[in-house]
Amino acid sequence: MAQSKGWVRRYFKAFCKGFFVAVPVAVTFLDRVACVARVEGASMQPSLNPGGSQSSDVVLLNHWKVRNFEVQRGDIVSLVSPKNPEQKIIKRVIALEGDIVKTMGHKNRYVKVPRGHIWVEGDHHGHSFDSNSFGPVSLGLLHAHATHILWPPERWQKLESVLPPERLLVQSEAE
Amino acid sequence: MLRGVLGKTFRLVGYTIQYGCIAHCAFEYVGGVVMCSGPSMEPTIQNSDVVFAENLSRHFYGIQRGDIVIAKSPSDPKSNICKRVIGLEGDKILTNSPSDFFKSHSYVPTGHVWLEGDNLQNSTDSRYYGPIPYGLIRGRIFFKIWPLSDIGFLRDSPNGHRFSDD
Repeated sequence: MAQSKGWVRRYFKAFCKGFFVAVPVAVTFLDRVACVARVEGASMQPSLNPGGSQSSDVVLLNHWKVRNFEVQRGDIVSLVSPKNPEQKIIKRVIALEGDIVKTMGHKNRYVKVPRGHIWVEGDHHGHSFDSNSFGPVSLGLLHAHATHILWPPERWQKLESVLPPERLLVQSEAE
Repeated sequence: MLRGVLGKTFRLVGYTIQYGCIAHCAFEYVGGVVMCSGPSMEPTIQNSDVVFAENLSRHFYGIQRGDIVIAKSPSDPKSNICKRVIGLEGDKILTNSPSDFFKSHSYVPTGHVWLEGDNLQNSTDSRYYGPIPYGLIRGRIFFKIWPLSDIGFLRDSPNGHRFSDD
């Protein structure tokens, strides 16, 4: 009788120890290092979700790469939507701070991206809620850098950071 | 000898990772202690005051008008700003000083908030850079713990009601 009670107590202690180690480590990993997410919508076709609603891509989101808010033009990034803080959107970075962008559908024809902001666009112009609607977004809203497609298996690939050729900049700060 | 040292090192690294992760979860999801600098929230918060910030309101979208919040600066994501929420989305904000003849106002867009410091003469806030997205808010300040002479919950805005909502 005393032996089975001792067994339960040891099991309970081991469970608590494991729980308080595993849960914070897992949560910190998913918040700070990397996580996965399913992409919904057609705004990044044909790079993501080319099959429409039949099959959604699952991408690997890398938080570690953007821990210092360093992004390059052409990166596919996920960010908190400026119009709805409960939602995350995934778009491509077109311009960094100081660049002048020729917009497509924005109220101003040319926009200079302010300090600490970036200009993002979906690859599927016209079907994308992006900077052409809400203007440049603050870097503080940056969530992660999408680096690979993980599912479906026939679409395993590394996502390249290329600017679509028709979106070359009018003037970039780096030059 | 070497195995002992290696074993101790691994244990130390393990404990550091474990406590680091618990600290991250506490700061991210519950709250923490923050030191504020700058004159833009005087007299409510002076330079070098230490305050308690909680992050639960942000996650449950419970930030209200009159709350003092910490947010990421819109022009520099690595630095934080500490201001009072004057207007939520849809509110009408007076965007000029009371001495102007023509009253001009604007509406706060969806998903954004309007922030102002209590020290209106010496504060760079939404009157300068416009409304900021809700997603930049990090936490809500609700209690001051230093200096001890001023310990307690934070007062309402000394500027009366600068906002009208309809």
